[in-house]
Amino acid sequence: MWQYEKKLQYPVNIKNPNPKLAMAIISQLGGPDGELAASLRYLNQRFAAPYSEVKGILTDIGTEELAHVEMISAILYQLTRNLSIDEIKKSGFDTYFVDHTTGIYPVAASGAPFTAAYFQSKGDVITDLTENMAAEQKARTTYDNILRLADDPDVRDPIRFLRQREIVHFQRFGEALRITQENLNAKNFYACNPSFDANCGKRR
Amino acid sequence: MNERRALMNKIQQFDFTLKELHLYLDTHPDCRRALALFDKYRSAKQKCVDEYVKKFGPITPEQNSDANHWSWVDEPWPWERS
Repeated sequence: MWQYEKKLQYPVNIKNPNPKLAMAIISQLGGPDGELAASLRYLNQRFAAPYSEVKGILTDIGTEELAHVEMISAILYQLTRNLSIDEIKKSGFDTYFVDHTTGIYPVAASGAPFTAAYFQSKGDVITDLTENMAAEQKARTTYDNILRLADDPDVRDPIRFLRQREIVHFQRFGEALRITQENLNAKNFYACNPSFDANCGKRR
Repeated sequence: MNERRALMNKIQQFDFTLKELHLYLDTHPDCRRALALFDKYRSAKQKCVDEYVKKFGPITPEQNSDANHWSWVDEPWPWERS
């Protein structure tokens, strides 16, 4: 089960609102390579993980991603405080505003609402971990692109933290894949599906 | 029922009591009777948690106390318990 802690994983303190930038950063909440998709991906996949270390890393990274959802939401909240209708019109935030006012709703930067089609839970630990490594790199690229668009150091600082976490998670998933392979036939990792087939690989 | 399951069952019961009080307190933050009950069940739960962690390993990662092994990842995971 889960217990909420009343704190952010890393501080977010943005002085100046910037609704236009919020409309780009929102992709890391509800977009194809966003934190919500990441969390749901790992927290669903973990049930098919056959090795204890992999069950652990999927649970724990999936949980950390929820803290990242909260950080992105805090950034969006602070970027959209005290806006005048004039600012909303001029910034292009009006297209979001008409549907959600300044409420937080998971959409991509394009406006497409969040969908579970952004991730897979394939019931095959090699396939799932390989997807996860790609997902962390895609999120890292998205943060790189956000850093190209954002000048405000108050925004760049927590975004840089989140970008760095993608790199660490990529590393851990790579290790989880190595652990998985060490439990399988070194001559053919793909001989069977250790998440499904009985007597697949070494017994644990 | 084995000892592990019996102890976890007690923790889950205290958890549920605390969760109900917690939600009630969210909308009644000055109810002294609920506050006292919350305090009472929190201590009762803590005793069970301490015993469980000592005998069967961590429920949260920070309860890991083995200097030689990260027991946090050890099986069974909750969805595997019968």
